[in-house]
Amino acid sequence: MPGKVITITSGKGGVGKTTVTANLGMALAQHGQRVAVVDADIGLRNLDVVMGLENRIVYDLVDVVEGVCRLRQALIRDRRVNELYLLPAAQTRDKTAVSPADMIQVCEQLRREFDYALIDSPAGIEQGFQNAVAGADEVIIVTTPEVSAVRDADRIIGLIEAQEKGPGSLIINRLKPDMVRRGDMLSTEDVVEILAIKLLGIIPEDEAIVISTNRGTPIVLDGRSPAAQALDNIARRIMGEDIPMYQPAREEGFFSRLARMVRGGD
Amino acid sequence: MADGVKIKGTRDGLLVSLGAGDLPLLLADLRAQLNRSPGFFQGGKVALAVGSRPMTRADLQQICDVLGELGITIWAVISQSPMTRAAARELGLASASPPEEAPSDLEAGQEPAVIVRRTLRSGQSVRYPGHVVVIGDVNPGAEIVAGGDIIVWGKLRGTVHAGAMGDDSAVVCALQLQPMQLRISGNIARSPESNRTKQKARPEVARVRGAEIVAEPWEP
Ligand SMILES: Nc1ncnc2c1ncn2[C@@H]1O[C@H](COP(=O)(O)OP(=O)(O)OP(=O)(O)O)[C@@H](O)[C@H]1O
Ligand SMILES: [Mg+2]
Repeated sequence: MPGKVITITSGKGGVGKTTVTANLGMALAQHGQRVAVVDADIGLRNLDVVMGLENRIVYDLVDVVEGVCRLRQALIRDRRVNELYLLPAAQTRDKTAVSPADMIQVCEQLRREFDYALIDSPAGIEQGFQNAVAGADEVIIVTTPEVSAVRDADRIIGLIEAQEKGPGSLIINRLKPDMVRRGDMLSTEDVVEILAIKLLGIIPEDEAIVISTNRGTPIVLDGRSPAAQALDNIARRIMGEDIPMYQPAREEGFFSRLARMVRGGD
Repeated sequence: MADGVKIKGTRDGLLVSLGAGDLPLLLADLRAQLNRSPGFFQGGKVALAVGSRPMTRADLQQICDVLGELGITIWAVISQSPMTRAAARELGLASASPPEEAPSDLEAGQEPAVIVRRTLRSGQSVRYPGHVVVIGDVNPGAEIVAGGDIIVWGKLRGTVHAGAMGDDSAVVCALQLQPMQLRISGNIARSPESNRTKQKARPEVARVRGAEIVAEPWEP
């Protein structure tokens, strides 16, 4: 069975696409899947840094597209899990070095070799984004619960619909439950109500992410933090498991909150 | 001026057609029509139909200039005259001879309607000389400009302008009326802050009463 190419994108920059790509790739590999993560953010690469593989880059995506090397040669194996590979972006080139047709071809090869290929898209609606979604079977949109990020996510969903890549599914990142409770932040319900697409998961704000990013150790490798668990749940939902959605921000009474504390978090 | 300048909405967008008459008169007529509702045309793209009139590059350039005053660009010139089509190509405009059968176009005064069967998302817009009906939501950041009424069978949270060519009797209705900004003809209403918070959804209709836009329960 050919694998699935999933592009992770957003309208607004800095909402967590790279973090999500690295961690979902790692989590899927931890569950025994063969996974490639692809950095399509050419010229601004950082998936390699977040994954701690920067020092092992020899070839990159542009080399593959230009025929300088074969796909296999450019893939860097992540030794911390069984079957996880990174296809890095070129640092010194710009996004015009790759066309949507090139990406479709690369994705075709990845589909043959892997169960999942996750593509980390640059922010925005320009060529880099067009490249990143060209070969995708599915699209995941990441947003934070902020009005401007949601507005831009809506715009991206419109573009994805126009390209008949489906409406996509949604990850809400950096949710701060206590701020939502105080009414200072959009809640999950508010975001889903506007975007009206399938919710794949909610990742809370978690300091451990910043630490793990700086260390080049995706947080799911450490396991226990709330964000790591949320990311692992998302990976399992992608694999088709039915994991109930934990709603950290729901207005709840004292007793249900107590009940949740007893049950444990997401 | 029976045969002067006509501006119509077609399925492919706005169509400006020039009838018989002296070019300077037609240009004056075009400018007058555009200035009657500048907001509607601003920044738009139109197709230009000039029948069999032979036109030079300079003639076409004059039309481009008048349209350009409102930021309107021509995306295609439709003409039976090979000379006109050649002139258009020289200006870098697409050109075509008219289709055999007349397109099912609609005149601004005739109150046709377009139905949009999807949610309009941020950055998407619909401009139409007649009525606009949306079956879906109009999200914040989306925009509708209509010559006639705007009816939204869903949540209206974007920006809408009904009666954009100067029709004060136009209305806007929605199952949930919470627009970012709502205009009818030359009147503007902004969403009061309190409206942003969730309230019980009930259908409302906005119309002009006196010199103000008011929202009332939509009770057919
Ligand atoms: N849930 C979270 N909790 C705390 N910090 C987070 C969380 N998610 C992401 N961050 C931090 O936010 C910053 C931006 O994340 P990231 O680089 O993944 O975003 P991006 O969408 O890929 O950005 P760009 O658009 O620039 O590519 C990083 O410093 C990351 O550590
Ligand atoms: Mg990134």
